[in-house]
Amino acid sequence: MQPKPLALKVLDILSILLLGVSAYLALVFAPTEVVMGDVQRVFYFHIGTAWTALLGFILAAVFSVVYLVRKDLKWDRLQVAAVEVSLVFFFITIVLGSIWARPAWNTWWTWDPRLTTAAITELIYIAYFMLRQGIDDPERRARFGAVYALVGGISAPITFFAIRLFRTIHPVVIGGSNVNAEGDFSMTADMRLAFFFALFTFTVIFIDLFWNRIRLGDLQEKVEQLKLKVSM
Amino acid sequence: MADKATGTRSSIPPAHRRTSPKGNFTKAVFAVVWKDLRAEFRSLELISAMLVFSLLVILIFNFALELDIKTRQSVTAGVLWATFAFAGTLGLNRSMAIEKDRGCLDGLLLAPVDRSAIYFGKFISNLAFMLIVEAIVLPVYSVLYNTNLFQPGLLIVILLGSIGYTAVGTLLAAMSVQTRTRDILLPILLFPVAFSVLLAAVRASGGFMNGSDLAEILLPLNLLIAYDVIFIAVALMVFDNVVEE
Repeated sequence: MQPKPLALKVLDILSILLLGVSAYLALVFAPTEVVMGDVQRVFYFHIGTAWTALLGFILAAVFSVVYLVRKDLKWDRLQVAAVEVSLVFFFITIVLGSIWARPAWNTWWTWDPRLTTAAITELIYIAYFMLRQGIDDPERRARFGAVYALVGGISAPITFFAIRLFRTIHPVVIGGSNVNAEGDFSMTADMRLAFFFALFTFTVIFIDLFWNRIRLGDLQEKVEQLKLKVSM
Repeated sequence: MADKATGTRSSIPPAHRRTSPKGNFTKAVFAVVWKDLRAEFRSLELISAMLVFSLLVILIFNFALELDIKTRQSVTAGVLWATFAFAGTLGLNRSMAIEKDRGCLDGLLLAPVDRSAIYFGKFISNLAFMLIVEAIVLPVYSVLYNTNLFQPGLLIVILLGSIGYTAVGTLLAAMSVQTRTRDILLPILLFPVAFSVLLAAVRASGGFMNGSDLAEILLPLNLLIAYDVIFIAVALMVFDNVVEE
């Protein structure tokens, strides 16, 4: 077995350190929001995980196209890694959002466009894994996975616009504001620091996990080839 | 299987494989549609199953939602589209499973025509089945609940919604029938992706039924058209990868 690359080890440790610092900034350093109080602190990690999850889903759609053009299984492994990590991050986003929504909106869940889109997106990528599980041939699995990730990646933003036909109460903290929003607020300089640091942290963590997962995929591939060799 | 294979093979010389001119493309599409419709009208397997299933779904909704006059006004569009969606998956799955089971898909793929012609053929025949079922469900629903569903606007919405639904559905069904979990996979794959088309369709249908302003209906209607165009284009581009052996 090949040893873990040094850069990846460093990145592992860096991720943990950054997460610690980011948690400190979000939970202690950033000032308490006047109206919502401490629960607003969820926001830093909520956006951090949401951003990385979306990044992963977009990457997955890009890898789909590359795979369908190049037909190289390497891109398939990249895609699985991206989707898998993003799926977990997005789930964390939803859970954190619910924790915030309970005191802010007085409900764990509401069928707001963003929430609904998030739920549907999660379901799309769960379906993606169910599809892959049902196929034994790795080449076909990769093709179908790529097609579905592409279709899903295109449909997610359309879903968002579709649900926009209804009113939204989700606050838009970055870039414009929503007059119907419940729980809107503006950031102070210290909050901004904690916020951007969280974004940075989660991007690093994403890259770290993504890299680890790709390595795992490569090893899996190798094991499968060895198994084939033995059975022949 | 035999008449489908000869239908396409005899009309197009092998040299034209994959670069068939436009006339042959339409010919190939309609050959696929024709063989599907003919097979269906002989057995009526698919349409009858979809139809009975639709009526059962409406029956269940009737008691689950207690469709009295007041609730009916707000939920009719939703009930109709849920019914169409469920019946649609049933039909899509079956229509692709038939191709796979009897080795017809391989026969189709051997035909010297562009693969997208096969997609279009399956898409059109699936759409036809869905429209036939809808054409029967609508009057039945109208009679059962004493509402007039035959408004031109509503019919256009149903056509556009069915186009979008079957466009994606045909592509995904072609994938799902080739997996181990083929019996259960299609709705799981299709519903999250078709969510927006169903939503827009429900919105637009409800608008027409309740006599809303056209400006209000235009938004979901445009969304439906956009969805149809985008997903037919995507499906055309990737269908090759789904049936490739």
